[in-house]
Amino acid sequence: NSGVVSLLRPLLLDVIPTIQQTAALALGRLANYNDDLAEEVVKENILPQLLCSLSEQNRFYKKAAAFVLRAVGKHSPELAEAIVECGALEMLMICLEDFDPGVKEAASWALSYVARHNSELSQAVVDAGAVPLLVLCIQEPEIALKRIAASTLSEISKHSPELAQTVVDAGAIAHLAQMILNPDAKLKRQVLSALSQIAKHSVELAELVVEAEIFPVVLTCLKDSDEYVKKNGATLIREIAKHTPELSQLIVNSGGVAAVIDCIGSCRGSVRLPGIMMLGYVAAHSENLAMAVIVSKGIPALCTCLREEHEDHMKAAAAWALGQIGRHTPEHARAVAVANVLPTLLALYVDTHGSEDLQMKASIFLTKRALKSILQKCTHLPALEPLLHDAPPNIMKHVIGQFSKVLPHDSKARRLFVTTGGLKKVQEIEAEPGSLLQEYINTINSCFPEEIVR
Amino acid sequence: MAALARLQERLSWLREEYYRRHRSADEDRKIKYKAAVKIQSWFRGCRVRAYLRYLTKMVILIQKWWRGYRSRRYFRKLVETAYFIMKMNFYNEMAVRIQKSWRGYYVRKYIHNYYALREYLEGISLNNKIVRSELQEYAEMKENEEKRKDLEKKEREKKYQARKMHYLLSTEQIAGIYNSPFRKSPHPMELLLRNSKPLSHRRQQTKSPFACELCHSPTCTRLPTFSTAQPLPPIGRQKPQGPFRDPAEVLRQRSKPVEPTFRVAASIDSLIEMAREEMKWEEWKSHIHDKKFLPFSLYHKNEKYEPSVLRAGKYSREAYGTKHFREVQPEKWVADKDFQTVLPSIVLFQKFGKTYSRNGQIV
Repeated sequence: NSGVVSLLRPLLLDVIPTIQQTAALALGRLANYNDDLAEEVVKENILPQLLCSLSEQNRFYKKAAAFVLRAVGKHSPELAEAIVECGALEMLMICLEDFDPGVKEAASWALSYVARHNSELSQAVVDAGAVPLLVLCIQEPEIALKRIAASTLSEISKHSPELAQTVVDAGAIAHLAQMILNPDAKLKRQVLSALSQIAKHSVELAELVVEAEIFPVVLTCLKDSDEYVKKNGATLIREIAKHTPELSQLIVNSGGVAAVIDCIGSCRGSVRLPGIMMLGYVAAHSENLAMAVIVSKGIPALCTCLREEHEDHMKAAAAWALGQIGRHTPEHARAVAVANVLPTLLALYVDTHGSEDLQMKASIFLTKRALKSILQKCTHLPALEPLLHDAPPNIMKHVIGQFSKVLPHDSKARRLFVTTGGLKKVQEIEAEPGSLLQEYINTINSCFPEEIVR
Repeated sequence: MAALARLQERLSWLREEYYRRHRSADEDRKIKYKAAVKIQSWFRGCRVRAYLRYLTKMVILIQKWWRGYRSRRYFRKLVETAYFIMKMNFYNEMAVRIQKSWRGYYVRKYIHNYYALREYLEGISLNNKIVRSELQEYAEMKENEEKRKDLEKKEREKKYQARKMHYLLSTEQIAGIYNSPFRKSPHPMELLLRNSKPLSHRRQQTKSPFACELCHSPTCTRLPTFSTAQPLPPIGRQKPQGPFRDPAEVLRQRSKPVEPTFRVAASIDSLIEMAREEMKWEEWKSHIHDKKFLPFSLYHKNEKYEPSVLRAGKYSREAYGTKHFREVQPEKWVADKDFQTVLPSIVLFQKFGKTYSRNGQIV
């Protein structure tokens, strides 16, 4: 605040190169700390001076200049746009073509921070011709450079399908797929995140990613000791599985479902979320895939998630995944109901039902829909019994409806129904005459002889 | 005169008689006229009645025949439709049988093949088991590697420490720290110290310049990773021995076009082929007729058959008995047309007993 920036400015144009470098380093560290300082750096017109003679300077100066650009660009989109406007991207390209890996790393880090904010900035980065240079950087032997280049490609391709297509056209997928086998954990994180950002946009891109033969190698990433590698691996599989049933089928056939279920079982916290969503997407496509998920022991894993997690969005995701599994046929609903999960779902629904929070509304909606879809197909009466006692009226309607469908045909079930006190409970329910609930109650009452009903 | 007087007397009687006779005749005439009229009218009535009776009889006859014809036609239609419906029901039932078995087969085989689904799910669980075991092995392998790396690191550190502190080795006179006389056997550190070579001074100096040069960025605080580039090939490789020809000459020789001899250039049987060509043209000159000679049957392939004299003309085979049975004499026809059958034959009835199906036995 004491005009340090304006004091440092003339030092940038000093004759001695070491002073220039140290001044640039100082500016970079200032801008890195706080975004007000970064704005000041931009306002004092330092960036053009920094960049004017970049091509003749040595590598330490280039590194320091790239560091300054990175520090300024990371705070907000406006600062990043300011960087782009003063022609920094061409200078960064020159840095990317340099031989020293440190310079390349600093330049690609700066590009990743610029491209991360929004798609216009990414487009500007791509238009400056960064993508082929980044793909070359990925092939370099230094691991840090590979890491940063992978993270830059991931930031670029995350905004829109056209940008992802540009990255794919430069041949990035093959190199990224090779690097999955690398033992370094942070590199794997970035590579998996880059592949998942590419695959998430459209079916063709996901198919291109799959054609690079990542299955079943990606499954080993799900067993890695690093949590974020597991999370990104699960994200990649989720982005591929959500597009079409054929891709989900491919994943199921290569044993991906088992690996993801094990991965869910071994992690805790929000790292599990992509895995849970992946199971939901796979089960949503068709009933054969849902049956495959059930056969791979997916339901116990999801139930433990539902019970153990404390955050609402995780519970809502687990509830949604269970709903997708159970909604296809009575067999599926039975498999879900037998795992004793319906009371938990009901409790979750009743809990969140009362609150008015906007975020809760999404989880309420998901839980309710999951519960409804499972109930509409569930014919396993012992699992429906506990729901009779505490359900709110709109859920009760479905429960009673299911009872009224099954009881007329099954005499053993009728006997059980009476002995467990279900009939008594049904009589206690008041419904408006002429409503659907009343019809169901009448159907149930007509299954039993008169004296029992009274 | 007497006659005249007599006549004049008779004249008044005559007049009266005349009038009387005429009157009686008149009266009689009326009666007779009426009687005649009555008789005639009765007779005419009888005649007309007889005629009307005849007419009604004829009309009844015509109507009877007409109505019979209409109802026969109607009945024929009824029978046709009933037969048609019966046949269609039969066909429908048979078609239902076929469709039923086909649809059952198709659904069970292609749309929802229970056994294939079951096999598929079993295959998936098997595959899952395999994948899980492989992943478990992989995880264990990774853990072992990490443990091994840790152990090795610890060993290296220990060895380094031992090398640094080699002066703590015990001597004959003074027992070192790790070799206390109260111990049954020396401490493992003591054994390490005995086995380790002391560090030389030069190694410690060369450590530091490496650290600052390989620091990649101004803010990185971790140690730099070493590059894993492939090693360069060894320098002392043997050079190939000379003397060599001038490379331009070699190139010229290599790129010279091929100049084959005449014998190689011509094909093996070129002489024979040329001779054959010559012969062919010679013979062509002497041909009268260019078409190839064909066997007898092929020459007469497309000829139209000309029947013999016995089959053509008036003395040919009679169509009567094979094509029609009724004799036809058009000169005797009243109108210009032959008799028409009033109702055409029923096509369905003609097929009776001639279709293939045996199942329903109705056919």
